[in-house]
Amino acid sequence: MQNDQGLHARPAALFVQLANRFSSNITVRKGRREASGKSIMGILTLAIGKGSQVEMICDGEDAEKACHALEKLLLKELE
Amino acid sequence: MLRGIPASPGIAIGKVLCLDSEEFTVPDRVIPKGEVKGEIQRFKKALGQTRKEILLIQNRITREMGRGHAEIFNAHLLVLEDTMLIDEVVAQVEKQRLPVENVFLKVIKKYINVFSKMDDEYLKERISDIDDVGKRVLRVLMGKERKTLQNLKEPMIIVSYDLSPSDTAMIQKGHVIGFATDIGGRTSHTAIMAKSLEIPAVVGLEDITKRTKNGDTVIVDGIKGLVFINPTEDIIKKYRVEKKRFEEFGRDLLKLKDLPSKTLDGHRIGIAANIELPEELPSCIAHGADGIGLYRSEYFYMNRSDLPTEEEQYHAYKLVAKQMAPHSVIIRTLDLGGDKFLSQLDIPHEMNPFLGWRAIRFCLARPDVFKIQLRAILRASVDGKLKIMYPLISGVEEVQQANKLLNELKEELRRKRIPFDEAIEVGAMIETPSAAMTCDLLAKEVKFFSIGTNDLIQYSLAIDRANERIAYLYAPTHPGVLRLIKQVIDAGHRSNIWVGMCGEMASEPSFALLLLGLGLDEFSMSAGSIPKVKHLIRSVKLSDAQKIAEHALTLPTAKEIEIYALAKVKELVPDLADVSYAEGLEKKVNE
Repeated sequence: MQNDQGLHARPAALFVQLANRFSSNITVRKGRREASGKSIMGILTLAIGKGSQVEMICDGEDAEKACHALEKLLLKELE
Repeated sequence: MLRGIPASPGIAIGKVLCLDSEEFTVPDRVIPKGEVKGEIQRFKKALGQTRKEILLIQNRITREMGRGHAEIFNAHLLVLEDTMLIDEVVAQVEKQRLPVENVFLKVIKKYINVFSKMDDEYLKERISDIDDVGKRVLRVLMGKERKTLQNLKEPMIIVSYDLSPSDTAMIQKGHVIGFATDIGGRTSHTAIMAKSLEIPAVVGLEDITKRTKNGDTVIVDGIKGLVFINPTEDIIKKYRVEKKRFEEFGRDLLKLKDLPSKTLDGHRIGIAANIELPEELPSCIAHGADGIGLYRSEYFYMNRSDLPTEEEQYHAYKLVAKQMAPHSVIIRTLDLGGDKFLSQLDIPHEMNPFLGWRAIRFCLARPDVFKIQLRAILRASVDGKLKIMYPLISGVEEVQQANKLLNELKEELRRKRIPFDEAIEVGAMIETPSAAMTCDLLAKEVKFFSIGTNDLIQYSLAIDRANERIAYLYAPTHPGVLRLIKQVIDAGHRSNIWVGMCGEMASEPSFALLLLGLGLDEFSMSAGSIPKVKHLIRSVKLSDAQKIAEHALTLPTAKEIEIYALAKVKELVPDLADVSYAEGLEKKVNE
């Protein structure tokens, strides 16, 4: 995570909103803990701050599309 | 001292229970297995409602402060839709069998705890967001169903912003001795329920919820519409005397209970009671009701998550029919919508619920629900004298369609050799201007009319009776309303059917005098009002009442008609006017 705020309230909300547009299961993993990418509480509980390293697993019919869109959001659109 | 609107006569002196300040004292009783599904449904419904609230705020903020400021509410909305949170609450409700408020509060607290331990200032700030959303949901959950009213340990005076039908449906008589609310009018739901339970009430006090706290001593004067907060010993003493006098006058009137409601010139007038719960029957009998003019059946459907079965309804109707026999009991078929909603029937939110999918409109669209009730009534009809009344009729077709369903059910019962009263009467409630204007046509389809004045007035004068700003326009004596009523009575009599009234209008002596003169055959009202109206009927001649009504119809304004009628009551029935209406009359004349 490179943006200043990490994946916190507003960015996290954008992430979860986008994730919910896909039918695939989306899991976000940080260290040994993971949470559903469609759950704001889950994402917030992971406490993803600036510099955190996260892994994202998309599984389902539109997994590829979901993965691209979410990656784009995380890397480029969030500042 | 606060001045409000007197909604139900009587005096109560006691301790305050503020409904709104108790919102986070969550109930912790173990719920029966059968209620788990309902709890979860209630939770999901509350989430939906909270979502609507937040969207409204978000729109306002976007408009006033710009999109950026409103964006944080997206996070609030996401909390509401959060699958992890919802699943956890649902799973815990199922596992622990605790009320959903209890579980929800624990889950929210758990998240707050997790966030507060995080080593991140920004995240710690998010605690307030979660707390905010959590409180909002709890408010919705607990504001709708204030379980506190069910388990009161000592008699209390309830102070609240307003009382919903679900609140009042849970009140146990004897535990609640008075009401005082911020909003509401004489015909608001709180007022009607308070009258029928004979609990003194003052409504429309504006900010009493801000001025009192739990445990304060208050006096509720439901005669004058006053509330005293922590009054001096002198005032309490004075009011104890006043309370005794009021109750003695009530007892004097009760002596009329076994005397016929007959005018001085010998005309017999029907006088019946409106009820919501079978528990009110003893009070109806004690007050001398000649029957039940309105049995509001929807209370049977409230505060539960499933629909009442035919058997349950059958037993309730049978009980009421038996207890009132040989007098008749008019069951109004399910009248939901407007301000009465049932969570188990998925009724969408409407912009204008009073003009929406309600009452007979709903029943005809959902024959599955309607037929269960009609069949239960038919089966119970052999145990007494039941009558069926359709609410919110706006034209002939609705009566014809409902009767068609009823006839099909009768045919089915005959086939199965299940007995029912073949002569059961069906009537139409006249509460829309279109029904009032087409009474001659409706009369061909039914055996009686019952005028529902609360709705008839609000529909014909185009006034929302819950809107405080225009409440002053809500006038039962408006010449337009009186003419409609006259037209309904005349059309009914021309077709040889009787006409009753089951609105609150029938219980005010001054209005009752006019209605008597217009030819109304049956007056139905909350049981507590029966003695005073009976006293009025027994104190006047029908021929005099006719002259009074005739003159009233020539007056141009609601106020002039009301003052005229009040003056006539004072002249003809001085003791009645002195005790309960002197104050009101003086106020009107002085205005």
